[in-house]
Amino acid sequence: MTGVSAQVPVLSCQNLTHRYGPVEVLSDISLDFHSAEVHAIIGENGAGKSTLMKILAGHLRPFSGAMRFEGQSIAFQTPHEAEACGIVLVHQEILLAPHLTVAQNIFLGREIRRFISVNDAEMNMQSARVLAELGADIAPGEIVQNLSIAQRQLVQIARALLVPQRLVIFDEPTASLTPTETDALLKLIAKIKVSGVAILYISHRLPEVQRIADRVSVLRDGKLVESRAAEGLEPIDMARMMVGRDMAQLYPAKRAAPHTEAALEAVDFTVPGYAERANFKVRFGEIVGFAGLIGAGRTELFEGVSRLRPSHGAVRLKGSPLSPRSPKDVMDAGLVYLSEDRKGKGLLLTKTLAMNLTLASLEKFQRASVIDQSKEQAALAQAFSDFDIRAKSSNMLAGQLSGGNQQKLLLAKMMLLAPDVVVIDEPTRGVDIGAKQQIYRFIAELAAQGKAVVVISSEMPEIIGLCHRAYVMRSGRIVAEIDQTDMSEEMIVVHATGALKVGMTGAAA
Amino acid sequence: MTSPVSSRISFDLKTAAPFVALVVLIALGAFVHPKFLTFDNLVQNVATRTSFIAIIAIGATFVMTAGGLDLSVGSIAAFVAGVMLIYLKSGGADAGVGMIALAMGLAILVGALCGLANGLITTLGKIEPFIVTLGTMVILRSLFTYLANGGSISISPDLKDIYAPVYSGTLAGIPIPVLAVLLVAIVAAFLLYRTVFGRHVIAVGSNEEVARYSGISVNRVKLWTYVIQGVCVGIAITLYVPRLGSANSATGLFWELQAITAVVIGGTLLKGGTGRIAGTVAGAFLLEIIGNILTLSNVNVYLIGAVQGTIIIIAMLVQRSLMRKS
Repeated sequence: MTGVSAQVPVLSCQNLTHRYGPVEVLSDISLDFHSAEVHAIIGENGAGKSTLMKILAGHLRPFSGAMRFEGQSIAFQTPHEAEACGIVLVHQEILLAPHLTVAQNIFLGREIRRFISVNDAEMNMQSARVLAELGADIAPGEIVQNLSIAQRQLVQIARALLVPQRLVIFDEPTASLTPTETDALLKLIAKIKVSGVAILYISHRLPEVQRIADRVSVLRDGKLVESRAAEGLEPIDMARMMVGRDMAQLYPAKRAAPHTEAALEAVDFTVPGYAERANFKVRFGEIVGFAGLIGAGRTELFEGVSRLRPSHGAVRLKGSPLSPRSPKDVMDAGLVYLSEDRKGKGLLLTKTLAMNLTLASLEKFQRASVIDQSKEQAALAQAFSDFDIRAKSSNMLAGQLSGGNQQKLLLAKMMLLAPDVVVIDEPTRGVDIGAKQQIYRFIAELAAQGKAVVVISSEMPEIIGLCHRAYVMRSGRIVAEIDQTDMSEEMIVVHATGALKVGMTGAAA
Repeated sequence: MTSPVSSRISFDLKTAAPFVALVVLIALGAFVHPKFLTFDNLVQNVATRTSFIAIIAIGATFVMTAGGLDLSVGSIAAFVAGVMLIYLKSGGADAGVGMIALAMGLAILVGALCGLANGLITTLGKIEPFIVTLGTMVILRSLFTYLANGGSISISPDLKDIYAPVYSGTLAGIPIPVLAVLLVAIVAAFLLYRTVFGRHVIAVGSNEEVARYSGISVNRVKLWTYVIQGVCVGIAITLYVPRLGSANSATGLFWELQAITAVVIGGTLLKGGTGRIAGTVAGAFLLEIIGNILTLSNVNVYLIGAVQGTIIIIAMLVQRSLMRKS
């Protein structure tokens, strides 16, 4: 690492400031990005990371401030100009054409030609090589639509790495990857770093940051609060710098596991194609985790229970058999499911907060089918205070909220149904650490009120920190039930991957 | 992360766009011809002639807000008119006010049933509404031609004279069709903006999955929007038939295109999730006013369509650039 700072940085920015309307989202940011260095940028949602990233990659022009590329003053007007300099942004969202093949997507817009026709054989071959480097087991000829979200993310990364780059910006690349895939990606990043590429890495997963970062910069409320070598920096230190206070108590104190009767009980419950003969029960006042790898069938199992998917098998809710015909029947019976896909299935992003809040429980806000709008506004004010939803104005649209506030709004929306059983899928995905703590507290409070809570999570610390008991699913089956006392990451990984030893690559992806 | 302030301002601009265009056109019309800005021309003539399309377009606003599309409204209109006229003819010389009232009820019922058919095939058959309503468009047009034996269907001049005031009459000086548009618009706006059903329509059009995960029966909501569309066509026909007392192969021709244009000019999004009833009425009025101004300024009548089309495209470009700013 010696001498790195003496070189001319690949890209540097001075006093970057950006505002949306009157709101300053970035103020006075000056940073250097050097070749052969992994520079991690961390910060809570809304801290300004994505704005900074968009400016660096030419998607956004800064309000004021300057940028230099290899010492030369530069101002990108479009992402193409940045790409021409070898600066590429790997988006967090999947931006692929679902009906084309993997190779066709990787080469989209820069197809290899043979005279006037496209050279599919050559493109497939080169795609296979890049994918293999990524450690991804994906056939270049596969239609993207048939891939899992994690695989699509890898294709997107492959697309960015196809041509040599000077600076690669990764925006939460591992958010939907399995541990094995994450491991392969981090190794790959280390490899391209050695070849002299500058890497900008944005992630909420602090242990990953610790593992690969050479330099860590922390943004808080649009300001750069710290930029230092990663050496000797522990995840807990990073969390403290991000939030600006101590984060010792991420999880609320656990209450003793209750010995009440079962609120939800499933016997030989099957969701064809996803979950097979699942047996489980959840007691009143209990928090039960569902752990496993992405694609293990946890989401689909509970979508089946909620009648959002075709399913069969016996479910008992509060002691009586549940035989619903529609998702609405399940909700009326007292079970709610909060989707992991907040933006796609949970909230209407282009609609107001009030409309989102009451959407599932409009019956409570109507008289003779006419909506009582003042009652709606009162409910919104109540939700703001109950769930600490932070919105700049109550006229905001749901899509303008940060991830954490969206999750709180979704929680508030479903709690208006006064459920007895609450199923929360990935409660803190895309949620910053401050809001995470609050959401954990809400979950603990729901259980304390006597509700049965199911937490589906791919974050093992979350399951361990929060749950009284956990089921582990693998390839559509419940393979283990773990008690609070036996819960450990190793235990969960062993069952989730089917590996005998930790560290062995998982058989089930 | 757009700031709420700026998005609210451009939002209002979007909502207001069709009305601004309307005011501009009326000012232009007043400049072009002294007769344009008179009650006789604007209300008795233009607004009254707009009434069929306006009412049908109000129905289309529901379908499109829920993310659907109905191409069959013109054929439904012709078919409903055919059934209504045949029923009226069956009364012979005894037919009077009572029979006309029944025929109006029949028109609305048949319209509703046509909409129900569209809705059931779309939702239960899981077929794109574009294809379904393209099919029913052809079917119903053919059924009308069959009913009319390839020509036209008319009622007796006596019966027509009894029924005629429904189109040409006035109430407190305002033409009845114009009052009908206002009434339908008020009921529709109440339904869309104030009721649980309306909220569900907007939610389904905005994001079907979110609606489903919120416990809304998506198919039922969609089905009802097609029924509402059918009812609106039925109402429009009860005003159309007394105008000429007959229907022919030109009845309802291209009405679906005019209705969809009115809806889109009015600010309702083609992809669903946002519906503007008042905008739709303004949009329908806009189309007719353009034609009126062109006629008054002696533009060759064969070219009116070309000018109308051009203006529609310009209007959409303006709207699009307003949306991009938000």
